[in-house]
Amino acid sequence: MNSDVFAPWEDPQAKPLIQFQNVTKRFGSFTAIDNLSLDIFEREFFALLGPSGCGKTTMMRMLAGFETPTEGHILLGGQDIDPIPPNKRAVNMMFQSYALFPHLSIWDNIAFGLRRDNMPKHDLQERVEEMLRLTRLEQFARRKPHQISGGQRQRVALARSLAKAPKLLLLDEPLGALDKKLRQDTQFELMDIQEKTGTTFVIVTHDQEEAMTVASRVAVMDQGQLKQVATPDRIYENPNSVYVADFIGDVNIIEGRATSGGDKTYQVDWAEGQTPLTATSATALSNGQSCHLAIRPEKVTISAERPEDAVNAIQGKVHDIAYLGNLSTYYVELANGTVIKAQSANTRRISRRSFTWEDPVWLSWTATAAVLLAN
Amino acid sequence: MRRAFLIAVPYVWLLALFMVPFFIVLKISLSDTALAIPPYTPTLDLSQGWAGIKEFFSQLDLENFVWLTEDDLYWKAYLSSVKIALISTVLTLIVGYPIAYGMARAPEEWRPTLMMLVILPFWTSFLIRVYAWMGILSEGGYLNQLLLWTGIISTPLTILNTNTAVYIGIVYTYLPFMILPIYSALERMDGSLIEAAEDLGCSRVQAFWLVTIPLSRPGIIAGCFLVMIPVIGEFVIPSLLGGSGTLMIGKVLWEEFFSNRDWPVASAVAVVLLLILIIPIVLFQRNQQKQTEAEQ
Repeated sequence: MNSDVFAPWEDPQAKPLIQFQNVTKRFGSFTAIDNLSLDIFEREFFALLGPSGCGKTTMMRMLAGFETPTEGHILLGGQDIDPIPPNKRAVNMMFQSYALFPHLSIWDNIAFGLRRDNMPKHDLQERVEEMLRLTRLEQFARRKPHQISGGQRQRVALARSLAKAPKLLLLDEPLGALDKKLRQDTQFELMDIQEKTGTTFVIVTHDQEEAMTVASRVAVMDQGQLKQVATPDRIYENPNSVYVADFIGDVNIIEGRATSGGDKTYQVDWAEGQTPLTATSATALSNGQSCHLAIRPEKVTISAERPEDAVNAIQGKVHDIAYLGNLSTYYVELANGTVIKAQSANTRRISRRSFTWEDPVWLSWTATAAVLLAN
Repeated sequence: MRRAFLIAVPYVWLLALFMVPFFIVLKISLSDTALAIPPYTPTLDLSQGWAGIKEFFSQLDLENFVWLTEDDLYWKAYLSSVKIALISTVLTLIVGYPIAYGMARAPEEWRPTLMMLVILPFWTSFLIRVYAWMGILSEGGYLNQLLLWTGIISTPLTILNTNTAVYIGIVYTYLPFMILPIYSALERMDGSLIEAAEDLGCSRVQAFWLVTIPLSRPGIIAGCFLVMIPVIGEFVIPSLLGGSGTLMIGKVLWEEFFSNRDWPVASAVAVVLLLILIIPIVLFQRNQQKQTEAEQ
């Protein structure tokens, strides 16, 4: 493996910065975090992704010190941080609401944390100026938070939480309040700043696109448990469960029964009277085991004629077309009523498209395109 | 046209209910006492035409205001009123702030009930409540009985008819005016601000001083003015709970009007009191204005 690639989680020698050790958190009878273990490494940009109520915010609040685990321990740099109050942790947080102090100027907001450490006046000034430069806020230093825009406020919140040079920065839905265009710009800015400062970032988000864009690794959570922790491309290409496949991006799920065809190849019987589908899988399945086949729409080819050499080909009828400009998603209804989504780039003028509503079409994909998920 | 009308309504209201009575009082303060009904001269007689009006104005003078400076009772009473008002405002703030803080921190479903409890005393007459305090604070009153019974004291305390009783009465009566503006300032505060302060290295106490107090400052200022302004002219509490040593301008005013029947001097006292009150009222207005500007 190329040693330049940043992947400390592949290295068994690497010491994690944060360790969740069998952490459970209960609020009354509700279990927010269920016996969870996780390692996060230094300089990582780690995303906690999940629907609301999955426990991702609780994880973050435990790291910040606002909640303590009911069971288990959280280690930061090898030290158990459970008894350390939030104001004594080398962890800073950027709040979802930004939580800027309305009575202080931008400058004083950024200086707030440094003043608590009794930093000498000269160093303090330098540090605040540096933060203002980093977030391009120099000309707003004297303004109050209500006198600047939402995007600027977001940058002030970031500057304030970075000012103390924390070992770990927590970002709670940092871009949730921004509109789409600004959000995309800010995502790259965040990555830039993370690279420049070398701080470990943990971001909480429910926006899978955001998590995929910024993070070095993504943890998909559901009901207080980690479903999968992996790099964005592995999460997308090799989801380990139907839940993850379905949560990240668009996917077709076909249910069936697997029969081994040898050499990691399986035949999946998915409907009466249809030819079985062929898929490869690294994990072994027993004969007749029920399974799910997950195929991304963009990996399904749609054509008017049956492709000659296709491993998997099914005939259907165009039920609906979603035209997205650069792409079109075709909803193809099969003979048994199942709808399969196929996506293709609109490389030709729309008037020259060779099929339209109600036309019979063929869907095809390769043996490696689909992910075979055991139940 | 409609706008002019809308603006005119409050101005007419102000004119009829404030300016007209004020000018009547001002006119009386410039008159002389007389054994008559009403007990002062001159009175305006329009039947004599222009000469009557000139005659009327020629008889007005500042004699009563000069008198206020000659007898030291008056400036001592003004000074003592301001002092009592300042001390009781601070006391009310010390008692009221924790209550408002507790209310703002209480679970959401409890807040309307707590608010109700703060306002509830207004449902009974203010006079009756002050009389009730006489029953509590007197030598054989409930407070002394309780303290004697628990053995904290061996001889009853003299509280009624002292300044202490006046302070107790004022703090009790004006507490809601302090609590409500502070509560409304604290309730609007975003809880994550305190967490942010702690996250940036503040202890709980530091976070309170550096974030909670500055953010509730408009409420504190409004509450202090709402207490201090009426307390300066307070009459009922010092006359019922205070003793001969309690000197307050409201009491002096009442005595001039009803015991001495010296309406001109009483009016002069009232006019000066109003002038003293204008200062804090203007400051209060400016505070409110600044706050609305900050919120925009």
